[in-house]
Parts: sequence; C-alpha cells; structure tokens
Amino acid sequence: MTTIHEENNKLTPQPKRRSLDFFLRWEWLLVALIIVVILVNSQLSPYFLNLRNMMRATSDYMEMGLMMLPMVFIIITGNIDLSVASTLAMCASLLGYLHIQGVNIWIAALAALLLGVLGGALNGYLIARVKLPALVVTLGTYAFYRGIAYGLLGDQAATGYPPAFTFLGQGTLGAIRFPLSAVLFIICAIIFGLVLHKFTFGRYLYAIGNSEEAVRYSGVSVARVKMIIFILSGFMSALAGVVIAARFGSTRPDVGTGLELSVITATVLGGINIFGGSGTMIGAILALLLIGLMRFGMGLVNVQGQVQSIAIGLLLIFSILLPNAARQLSRRGLQIQRGTAVSALVMLALGGFFIWFFFWSRIPVLNQ
Amino acid sequence: MKKHLLFLFVALALLTVLAACGGAATPTAVPEPTEAPLAEPTEAAPVEEPTEAAAAGGGNYVLVPKNLGNPYFDTANTGAQEAAQELGVTVTYQGSSVADATEQIQLLNSLIAQNVDGLAISANDADALVPTGKEAMDAGIPVVTWDSAIAPDGRDVHINQAESQGIGAVQIQMASDLAGGEGQIAILSATSTAPNQNEWIGYMEEELKKPEYSGLELVATVYGDDEDEKSYNEAMGLMQTYPDLKVIIAPTTVGIAASARAVQDADKVGQVFVTGLGTPNQMREYVKSGAAPQFALWNPADLGYLAIYTLNAIATGEIAGEPGDTFEAGKLGSYTIADDGTILLGPPTVFSADNIDDFDF
Repeated sequence: MTTIHEENNKLTPQPKRRSLDFFLRWEWLLVALIIVVILVNSQLSPYFLNLRNMMRATSDYMEMGLMMLPMVFIIITGNIDLSVASTLAMCASLLGYLHIQGVNIWIAALAALLLGVLGGALNGYLIARVKLPALVVTLGTYAFYRGIAYGLLGDQAATGYPPAFTFLGQGTLGAIRFPLSAVLFIICAIIFGLVLHKFTFGRYLYAIGNSEEAVRYSGVSVARVKMIIFILSGFMSALAGVVIAARFGSTRPDVGTGLELSVITATVLGGINIFGGSGTMIGAILALLLIGLMRFGMGLVNVQGQVQSIAIGLLLIFSILLPNAARQLSRRGLQIQRGTAVSALVMLALGGFFIWFFFWSRIPVLNQ
Repeated sequence: MKKHLLFLFVALALLTVLAACGGAATPTAVPEPTEAPLAEPTEAAPVEEPTEAAAAGGGNYVLVPKNLGNPYFDTANTGAQEAAQELGVTVTYQGSSVADATEQIQLLNSLIAQNVDGLAISANDADALVPTGKEAMDAGIPVVTWDSAIAPDGRDVHINQAESQGIGAVQIQMASDLAGGEGQIAILSATSTAPNQNEWIGYMEEELKKPEYSGLELVATVYGDDEDEKSYNEAMGLMQTYPDLKVIIAPTTVGIAASARAVQDADKVGQVFVTGLGTPNQMREYVKSGAAPQFALWNPADLGYLAIYTLNAIATGEIAGEPGDTFEAGKLGSYTIADDGTILLGPPTVFSADNIDDFDF
C-alpha cells in the first residue's frame, strides 16, 4: 500500500505552480485522514496491521482503481462516465461466453479488451462528435452494456478458467503476497499520472475542464481529446473486467453492479472537481487508499455493510463541502458573511456528525 | 488567504485528534478486546460478553446472510443464536448491505483476517466465492454453506433447506390448486443469477411438463432482485401484461409479500393468487385477505440452527465434514452428510389459513 503512495509521490505537481489552489493541499488532508484511520484501526483491531490481511484486502479494490484512473481524466474535463461498471460486466461476460464456446482464454481476454475499446468509442462518438451530454449518453450505455452482458450469459455463470488465467486475479508475488493485480494497478497509475501531469495531453484535459471554448479556439481538437479519454475508459473497464473474472474464477452478468458509483466516489473524494478543471492523480489514489482502509478497518470490527456505506457517503459530502467553505472564506477574507458562516456551520456539524457516526458505527451491530 | 486555510486545517486536525482519543478510549473500556473482537453480541452488554466468549474457549462463529435487512435471514439468525446458546459458543450475524458477491467477498476477507473459528455462509454467487472459501479453509476456518451454496471446492458442507425438486413440486402443486387446475401462471424471482432460485425454477418447469398440470401455462418469469419496490412493480407489470393471469409464484420472501401487496392494491384479490415461499409473520395478513391463500417454506430458524450445529461439529473435530459422517444437532436430531457433501434439513411446510397462527417467525 505504501508503495503506491511513494511511487506516485513523484507525480505530485510542484506546489509553486499553483500555490493558491486549495486542491493542492487536499492531498495532505487525505494523508492526514489516512494516518488517523490507520492509527484508530490499529487501536481497535489487532488484525489491522497484519500485512497478509492487508494484501488480501487490497485485491478487492484494484478493479475499482483501474476504472478510477481514466475517470480522473474524464471528470477533469467536466464529463462523467456512468457506464464503467456495465462495460466491465459486458467485457467480462464476453470473455466468459467465448470461454464456454471453447475459445482460448487469452484470445477471449483480448476480445474482451477490444470490446471495451469499442464500448468506449461509442460513448466517445456520441459525446464528442454528436455532442450529447456525457451524463445522458453514459446513463444510456450503462443500461445498454449491462443488457448485453445478460444477453451473452443469461442467468448462467462462466466457470472453469485455466489456473494460468486466474493467477492474474488471484496470484501474488513474494513472501508478502503482494497481489499481481495491485502491480498492474501501480503500473497503470504511474502511466496515467505521468500523462496527466507531465504531458501536453494532460494540460488539454485541465484546459477543457476550465474552458472548452478557449481550448477550441486555440486550435486543439476537443472532440479528439474526448474521444481518446472515453476509449481509454472503455479499455480500462475491460481490463478491470478481465481482472475481476480472473479473481472470481467465474463470470456472471451481474458482476460489479454499482461499482461505477464507488469509482466516482473515490475520484471526487480525491479532490477532483466534479465540475472539471482541477484535481490530481495522487489525490484520487490516496482517496482510493482511504476508502479501502476505512472499509477494511470497519469490516474488521464487524461494522455492518450499510453502516460502512453511510460512513463513506458522509465522508464524501464532507469532502465536497470543505473546499467550498474554504474557498468562500479565502475569497472574502476576514469578512464573515452569512452564507459563509452558514456553510461553515453546516460543515462543522457534518464533520462532528461524521466523527460521532464513525465511532458509533464501531459498536458491532448484532441482531437481537 | 492562507491564514484561513491554515485555521481550517488546525480545526480539522483538532477534531481528528479528538476522534483518535475517542477511538483509543473505546477499547480500553472493553476488557481485552483483542482476544474476542467478535464477541459483542448486544449493544447493551458489550462489556461482559467478550469475557464469556473467551471462557467458552473459542467458538467464534459468523453467520453470513446474502444481505442484511431480509426477515428470512434474520429468522435464520434467531435459530443460530439458539444453537449458540445451547452449545455455549458465540455467533455473530454479519452481512453486506446488498446481495452482491463483490461485497460479500470483501466481508469474508475481513472475517478470515479476524481468524474466526467458522463461517456459515449463504452465498451470493456459487462460483465467485470459491477462491474465498478455499482461502478460509486454507487458514483452518471451516466453511458451511446454507440457503445458497458455494460450489463444492469452496466449502466443507452445504445444508440444503429442502430438496430443490420438492420445493419446485410443492409450489406448482399450490399454484395448480389455486388456479383450479388451469390458467396462466407467472414466476417472480429474486435476481436472475441466484443459484437456488434458478434451480427451483428449473424444477418448476420440469414439474409443469407432467400431465396433471397440462392446463397450466407459464407465461413469464420476471426478476424483482429481492427489492421490495422492484418486485412490487414487476408484479403490477405482470397483471397488466397478462389480464388473465391466475397465479404469481414468488419463490422469494421479498417477492411474495410485494406481489401480494400488488394484488391487493390492484384490487385483484380472488382473481389473481400469489403463492411461493414466504414467512408466516410476513404473509399472515395476505393469507387472511385471500391475496395469498397458500405458501410454503421450511423453517429458516431451523436452517440457521442446523448450520451452527454442523459448523461446531466440524470446528471442534467431532466430525471431519466428509460424506457419511453422522452428528447430533440438538432438538433437530441426528443428521448424516450425504455423498455429495450436503445435509438435507427436511421437507417444506405448507402454510394456509388453517395453520398459520401456529407459527411465529
């Protein structure tokens, strides 16, 4: 886990470049929260700081992570992709379907990746060329792709993948049992991080998120950039689909239902502005780590599933409210106006509520 | 500008420090939480219980339903708690918020991480849970499945609530009775991927091929995903699409109650009958109103009870969990593991206005 962090520290943009931008500090808040979560959890459960346990839990979040990387790109441009989990299911189902038909598993995996590219291209075409809103298009393909998944496999499960393939999702490296899927995630995260922060392409993404018109007038093909990011999203979702099929050793068409919301949650919690224009890759990765650690910790002290979701949801609202209030404060200087005061109060109340809830929820809830 | 940001962070840091203190204070209030982190069965008495469990010498079992908030699984838990009391062990009831394999695997991973003494699981996906089940057994944690099985590689023993064939047969029998031997029937199931549901539907279709049911026509199978609102809407949709529909068979506790409510709301009591699998407490009003005059079920409390007895027998080394092993399960008597690694609970019970008041679960 720490490796992800360290490896990507290099990717953090130099604070000098945009020193007034609050979001550059957002990552530090996430780091602080992660440290708090680790401290609290290690106090509460003796099983938390067990490397083997952590490594086992890590692989639960890698598919989410793989889909989150292109989601960061998409949200930075002010768009959204709701179809990622459906694309994952569609591609995993194609893989399973081809496997049942007796096709070689690696060829099937390749076909699944190709289908992901096609799915992303359809999203991209409708959004970039036909100029439909991303929310509507991907809401449509969200249902459409999931439907294809059911069409391919019906209510049966594809099983019996060869061990060489399931190793991709279940395999581990070395004595610490570092999951192979996490290695894949780290490699992808480095590539996506570099592209976002060190390449011209990344700068286009921020520019589109801030002012699409300005980018268009400066001679950059906005449509092509959008096309590329949605294709990337389709491809990464397909990759996540292949990984999840390998991890489960089977595929059902309902695989990963609702995962798109977790992906968007991690992205927004990572400080990526939902309206586009700002955010960093390291923030998103830290948010993923934070969510993973929180869920793992809460699981260890037997906090019920719904309660875990409430905790993550509150954290998300808090994370959106905090920068808002801070921006208002910094804009208005010392003058405390009513709006600022109210939002600060709401924020404090919510923060307090969250912390109270966080601990209340740790009382293991048991029926009867 | 920076000052205000700084102020905010200081405030937040203070809050988090407070939080950390609160967190540190919680475990010190509970004696030795490290030895029995699972053993806090009630909110009211979190202090005494862990010591009791420690005194019982382990026996920390977890009953994992498909999801929480389903009365069927909650009833199984009452049986499991009864078994726990008789055996002097602790049973924790832990589930994911939605009936989803991905979340269930996360939950199981955290339970394996806690080194619990045994897992009794109702699986959301027979195949996807195999690697996790294997992982648990490799870690020395026995895995018993109940209600919905994990494929044989990923578990020690599965407890069958009833033979799938018997369940399919009893539901077609009831549907035929209610329809008067002929007419359109439809099935409202849970999720389209739930292994037990599909097996039952398969047997129902088999059963319908028999000559005595030649008057019945299965017009549709729809899926309410074990969500009340969706099941209700699907039932409404069935009645609109098929005006001559006579019976809705819902082999799921969520679906049957939602369908019966839909029949009442659509003012079709006496015209459309609901049957299937449900619990008496939940179906009592619909049995009496005539919306769902008959339904069947095994006793889920017995299922949870037997699951914990089986788990305990394996965990304590009384049996190895191999086919042919015989053990005593308290009030339910003696059970033997069949050749396919399953244990059969017993035949389902049919509930109607005549006997429903004898049951309270």
